[in-house]
Amino acid sequence: MNARIRQHTTLPQILPGLALLLLAALFALTARAQDAGRTPKPTIIIESQQHCIAPPEKMRREHPDMLRHQRVRTVHLGERGSKVSLNACIECHADRQSGSVIGSDHAFCQGCHSYAAVHIDCFDCHQPSIRPNAPRLVLGATP
Amino acid sequence: MSARPQKNPRRALLGVGVAAAAGLALAPGVRLIELARARAAGESASSQVRWGMLIDANRCAAGCSACVDACARENSLDSPIDLRQRPQWIRKVELKQIGTGRTAAAPVMCQHCAEPPCVDVCPTGASFKRADGIVLVDRHTCIGCRYCMMACPYKARSFVHETLTQQKPEVPRGKGCVEGCTLCVHRIDRGQGPACVQACAESENGAMVFGDLNDPASEIAQRLRAQASAALRADLGLEPAVRYQGV
Repeated sequence: MNARIRQHTTLPQILPGLALLLLAALFALTARAQDAGRTPKPTIIIESQQHCIAPPEKMRREHPDMLRHQRVRTVHLGERGSKVSLNACIECHADRQSGSVIGSDHAFCQGCHSYAAVHIDCFDCHQPSIRPNAPRLVLGATP
Repeated sequence: MSARPQKNPRRALLGVGVAAAAGLALAPGVRLIELARARAAGESASSQVRWGMLIDANRCAAGCSACVDACARENSLDSPIDLRQRPQWIRKVELKQIGTGRTAAAPVMCQHCAEPPCVDVCPTGASFKRADGIVLVDRHTCIGCRYCMMACPYKARSFVHETLTQQKPEVPRGKGCVEGCTLCVHRIDRGQGPACVQACAESENGAMVFGDLNDPASEIAQRLRAQASAALRADLGLEPAVRYQGV
């Protein structure tokens, strides 16, 4: 019986502790708000200072449709020099070090796509790099 | 079996009509639009043009592989895998007439048929003919079934068996798709000719001529008008855009 009574604590006794906890929580909240909000965001580095062909909100949402629409016109109709162009995306957005838009989670295309868990097929065929450092060709390879 | 008719008669009639209209509209030797130029941005390929090639086997040297090498360089076709599996857009073929023993050599690539069997058999519409007569594969729709490889009488198509990383930005290619000579479509759209033709001219054999078959003033049309030439497997009635002399 004695032991139980001793365990009971009164509000004034825990008040300093509570206040400290509240302060800490507030501090953590404001710090996170200053960083990037509560949602984790992909960390991509955009080095190009030029303006894109459309505002970022539109590009984020509509770039797959824009590219898909233009690829049909380019491949089947032979339209060239369009404003929408995968090669132009790569030219502008490739990482300055690696020269590529894929290859790391900071790379322009892969950064967002791995964050959103959307597989990119483009670079199974298209060159993702602005500097294809290809070891070129064995000549005279005629069967 | 009876011989196939050479042409659909309605198409032939249509062709005559179009030719007549063009003849009326333009003075001889003067063209309203220069067709062998780089098109403006956003302009589609024109159906008034039909790109073609004339290959003179008499001038094609047996040991020369300038065209094949140029193709591999231009389209980044180099590969470490076995020769039998390696994509091959153009190859040198050596011919020997058994009776006389006469030999000739010539490059063979996609013949860019007017009636392409690869397009007929393609189940997805990936194999198609562009307005200017270039037969291409849309790799976005190709499922790699290889029906077109079976259908092509010229063995002009290849399948990509390996993962590729060294593609050129203007020549996207990848594993799991069928591909073939594009007539260097990316160069044509810039107003240049195919890389093989340029390499052949630089090798001083000058066995290949490229140009617009529909333009009566072009070198290729003039030579085809003046000299005898033949289509490979003309019996199939596919009307290839690539024609040969001396085979």
